Amino acid sequence: MDSIFPSLAYLLIFPGFLFLAVYGLFLQWVDRKLCAVMQNRMGPPWFQGYADFIKLLAKEVIVPDEASGTMFRVLPFFAMAAVMTALVSIPVWGHALYSFQGDMVAVIYLLTIPTVTFFLAGWSSSSPYATVGSMRVLTQLFAYEVPLMLSLIGPAILAGTWNITEISAFFAANPSLIPAQILGFAAALIALQGKLERMPFDIPHAKNEIVGGQFTEYSGRLFGFFCLAVDMELVVGAALLNAVFLGGALGFHGAAGVAMFLGKTLFITFLLALLKVLMARIRIEQMINFCWKYLAPVAMAQVIFDIFLKARLG
Amino acid sequence: MSKITIPFGPQHPALKEPENFMLVLEGEQITSAGINLGYNHRGMEKAAEERTYLQDLYLIERVCGICSHSHTTCYITNVEELAKCETPKRALAIRTLIGELERVHSHLLWLGVAGYEMGFETLFMYTWRDREQVLDCLELLSGNRVHYSINTIGGVRRDITAEQKTEVKKRINYLMERTNYYIKLATEEPTVLARTQKVGKLPLDVAIERGAVGPTARASGLARDVRKDEPYLIYNELDFKVITHNTCDVFGRLVVRALELVESYKMIHQVIDNLPEGPIAVKVPMKIAPGEAVNHYEAPRGEDIHYLKSNGTDKPERLKVRAPTLANLQSVAYMMEGGWLADVPLVIAAIDPCMSCTDRAAVWDAKKGKTEVYSWEEMRKMGIEHYKRRGVDFSKL
Repeated sequence: MDSIFPSLAYLLIFPGFLFLAVYGLFLQWVDRKLCAVMQNRMGPPWFQGYADFIKLLAKEVIVPDEASGTMFRVLPFFAMAAVMTALVSIPVWGHALYSFQGDMVAVIYLLTIPTVTFFLAGWSSSSPYATVGSMRVLTQLFAYEVPLMLSLIGPAILAGTWNITEISAFFAANPSLIPAQILGFAAALIALQGKLERMPFDIPHAKNEIVGGQFTEYSGRLFGFFCLAVDMELVVGAALLNAVFLGGALGFHGAAGVAMFLGKTLFITFLLALLKVLMARIRIEQMINFCWKYLAPVAMAQVIFDIFLKARLG
Repeated sequence: MSKITIPFGPQHPALKEPENFMLVLEGEQITSAGINLGYNHRGMEKAAEERTYLQDLYLIERVCGICSHSHTTCYITNVEELAKCETPKRALAIRTLIGELERVHSHLLWLGVAGYEMGFETLFMYTWRDREQVLDCLELLSGNRVHYSINTIGGVRRDITAEQKTEVKKRINYLMERTNYYIKLATEEPTVLARTQKVGKLPLDVAIERGAVGPTARASGLARDVRKDEPYLIYNELDFKVITHNTCDVFGRLVVRALELVESYKMIHQVIDNLPEGPIAVKVPMKIAPGEAVNHYEAPRGEDIHYLKSNGTDKPERLKVRAPTLANLQSVAYMMEGGWLADVPLVIAAIDPCMSCTDRAAVWDAKKGKTEVYSWEEMRKMGIEHYKRRGVDFSKL
């Protein structure tokens, strides 16, 4: 019992489900407020995300007759579960709950599941907008996934491990190597923006083109959980980038480590918000061109640089 | 790849007014596009026949929320032509001033809408914030922000004071600064260029063939501008250039509108500096002599044509409005075909459509194979019966 209880608390309360949900909705507000300020607007009050979620929970769930019912209903929970599972292996302060050699591959895999559920969600609702949206989700996945993986490989090679916690510890021990990862960090940040389907890569649910995209037919509770999953993905994505590129908690433990985590995820959210307001949404074919022509080579250059750096360092 | 048909409207986030575009897609590319109009018919031309010339002025103003001044000025020019009245010079200058301020507000609004349709919300927020300056100017001069009601038969309703002149000039100078920034942004920002260049191509010959007007035509290299071709009000005394661009795409339309803003600022300064002295209105009798008149006006969206027929009473016999959107809509289907689905909102927005100005209704009896014209009483009866069947009785009104 003694060993189970802390793990259960880790999974359900902190930094598991409860924290992730609360912090995810908070980051959503931070993102919206930052964008609003940068766009010369007021922006929503701090409780907007929570209020929206509670409102959506209370709303009627409408499942289209044409949709495949069971699939349509379970997908939001699938997306949320995959995001929460990914956090198990990402160190929030000090070390992760369950870290093993190769957990980075597992985290990347787990973070792909929400995208696949988005695709299935659009496909199973079988409306024209949702179908086009889900095709775009999948097309976009093939564009950003490779640069994202490539950019995460660089630090792994440098640290000589596939364990996220160890990579984070390596950079905490050698903070001078963090600036050398700037290219890879930038590439990962842009790829993460694509993964989270935010401007300028919100192509799968571009409202002026295909209304709600893959989520067009979703409403009420199910839509609420999808939104929550996206917000949680923002936290997990920021946490992953923080652990891999920025040295995680930088060796701090306890409250200081948590403060470090919050500060750095907020910083990453700020960078993502900056990307969001600076550009116009691009077309899907331009996104693929951009990711393969520019983003993937940049990430690859970082990998090669890291290989040489590793050889130099011995 | 199998083809799918996507209904774009009548209810769609990209459209501010209900219209329907049926798009046949092959993957992300459009193979054919069809336009269905007529969701927003308001019966204004018919309603105008039941009102006096002065009442019509306020009705015609409501044809469009953006180019309200264009429609009233065009209409009033017809009325004054039939009444053979000499409108004072000062009134014409004030009408020109309001007309150019309206163009500024319309083009800034369009810039924001274009930004929104290409997913650039920051541009949308910025331009609409700056647009408040010109709306404030219009409120200062006319008392209203949207439907200025500055025109009256025989002149204008309000005079301009010296303080108003300095205030307007101050705000226009600020807008000039901002517009230069937007021109720089629109011509240098990579994502804006990626979204607008080579999108919605309308070659010069097609633009002529389909009768494009306004900035849409001018972006295809067609120097068509009523202000220059057939000057009205005091445009023949003003120094301005007709802006054209030869890229024939959405980027060209963006540049044309942005540079036209600069021309408008210049004209506003010229009008304010050389405002003629004299009265602002003359008296015109209620009853207008029988006759017909046609006039056109360069609205922010293009050439606006009004036809007026009078029968010697205080009410018009017939009023016909040809809004610029109708002329430009013919080009939209051409511009969409072969393009990307992602470009559809931008291509539609690029002509600056105003659907409710455009929609008209005609009765076509399929059995008899001919068109019919209803009188006002018949239409009223039909309306009352229509609502009676739904349980509402309007017959006592």
